[in-house]
Amino acid sequence: MGVRRRGAATYAISGVYIQSTAAVVGPKEGQGPFGNAFDRVWADEGTRYPSFEKAEQGLLQEAYEIALKKRGYEWHDIQLVIGGDLLDQVISTNFVARSHQRPLAGIFSACATFAEGMGLGALLVGAADVATVMVSSVSHHATAERQFRFPLELGYQRTPTAAWTATAAGVAILGQTPTPLAVEAVTLGRVVDFGGKDPNDMGSAMAPAAYDTIMQHLQDMGQRLTDFDAIYTGDLGHFGLRMLQAYGEQLGTPFGSELHDCGRELYDQKSQDTHNGGSGPGCSASVFAGPLVGKLTSGEWTRLMLVATGALYSPTTYQQGETIPCIAHAIQISRRGIHA
Amino acid sequence: MPVDQTQYWLMTREMMPKRPIAKNALWAFVVGGLICLAGQGVLWFFMRHGMTAKEASAPTSVVMIGLGALLTGLGWYDRLVKRGGMGASLPITGFANAMVAPAMEYKAEGLVMGIGARLFTIAGPVLVYGMTAAFVVGAVRYLLTGVA
Repeated sequence: MGVRRRGAATYAISGVYIQSTAAVVGPKEGQGPFGNAFDRVWADEGTRYPSFEKAEQGLLQEAYEIALKKRGYEWHDIQLVIGGDLLDQVISTNFVARSHQRPLAGIFSACATFAEGMGLGALLVGAADVATVMVSSVSHHATAERQFRFPLELGYQRTPTAAWTATAAGVAILGQTPTPLAVEAVTLGRVVDFGGKDPNDMGSAMAPAAYDTIMQHLQDMGQRLTDFDAIYTGDLGHFGLRMLQAYGEQLGTPFGSELHDCGRELYDQKSQDTHNGGSGPGCSASVFAGPLVGKLTSGEWTRLMLVATGALYSPTTYQQGETIPCIAHAIQISRRGIHA
Repeated sequence: MPVDQTQYWLMTREMMPKRPIAKNALWAFVVGGLICLAGQGVLWFFMRHGMTAKEASAPTSVVMIGLGALLTGLGWYDRLVKRGGMGASLPITGFANAMVAPAMEYKAEGLVMGIGARLFTIAGPVLVYGMTAAFVVGAVRYLLTGVA
C-alpha cells in the first residue's frame, strides 16, 4: 500500500483495488452497443419519479445499491463517498447522501468528475488509510437539457457536433483488499483552454486537454501509448476524437488502435441519432463501470487508461462570451493475478 | 511542431462535420409548406361558413396555435422541428411550441416561479425584438408616406 509522486502531476499507487462496480443507465443507453454490459437498464427515463432531478437521484441510488450488493457490503462498510454530477450545487450526489449517511466529499469537474473521484479515492485509500471509498458520478439527459440547453419539448435542430447527455450512473468501490483490478496510477489534469466557445462543440474544445493529460501521464510514468491495451477518453465523441488524433499527429504522437472514446461508443450514431455521441459525468462512469471493467475482468485487456474529459463552462459564462476551459483526469487500471 | 491556438482553430474549422444545408432547406420548404397548407385549409373552412377572408384570419390563428400546443403536449412538435427546422419554427404553430414547451418543463417549479416566470424564456426575445422591429418599420412608413 502506498503512493509515490511521479513527475509533475502523476501519482503511482500500490495496494488499491476495485472491489466492485455498477452501472445503471436509461433506455437509450441500453439500446446502444454496450447495452448488455450494464447492470441495469431502465425501461424509461424515470417517468415514475415526480421530476427528472429525482429520477437522476434514483439512478445513482440504484447504482450504489447494486455495487454494494455485488461485493456483499453494507453502507457502514464504506468509509467515504466521493462523487459528483452536472447539476448546479451537485444536487444529485448531495441529495442521495441524505439516505446513505456516509461521510461525503462532493466534487465537480463536469464530465471528468468520475476520473477525478477515482483519482482522489485511490490516493486516500493508498496513502491515508481510508479502507473503502465509494466513487460515483451521474447525469440525466432531461435535467442537463433544462440546465444547459432548452425545455425538452422545444423543437430545434442540433448541430452535427452537439453532444447527447447520457442518462447514466456509474459507481466503483475502491479498497485495500486485493482483487484482480488494481488502480496503478492517477494523473490529475490542468485546465487547458484553446479558445473554443461553442457549447455545441465541446469535443474539439476538450481534445487538447485530453492530449495534455495523456502525454503528462506517459511522461511521468515513463510509458508509451502501446503499453496500454486501451486508452478511453471520456466524451470527446466522434469529432473530438478525430481532433485528438489529428492534433496528436501534428505534434508527432500518432495514436493507434488503442485510442477510443466512451461517448463515441455509448450510442450507435446512425440509428440512435445522437450526433457527436454521449457526454455527461454518467457517460464515462457507466462505460467504465460496465463494459470497460468487463473487458479487464474477462482478460481481454490487462491495462487500461481512462481519461475522462470535462468542459468547465456554465450557461452564464457562454452567454457572456467566455471561452470554455477544459480539463482531463487520467487513471490507469491493470488486471493482475491476486497476490493476497 | 507546436500547434498554437489559431492553428488549432483553423484545423477545427476545416475538419468539422458540415451541416446538411441543402437537405435541411428542402425539408424546411416541405414542412413549412405543409403547415401553411393546413392553415389555408382552416381559413377556407371558416370562409365556407360565412366569414370573409379578413374575419377568418383571427380564428385560423387560434386553431393553428391550438394545434401547435396540442402537438407539443403530445411530444410530436419537437420531432417536426428536428426535421423541418425553421419551416416548423417560424409559423405560428412554432410560436405555440415555444410557449408550451417551457410551460411543461417548468411546471415542476410551481405556477408562479415556474410557469409564470419562465413561460416567455424562449418567446420573450421574439416578442421584444419583433415589437421593436414593428415599431421601427411603422415609424419609417409614417415618415415616408404620412400614413400611420
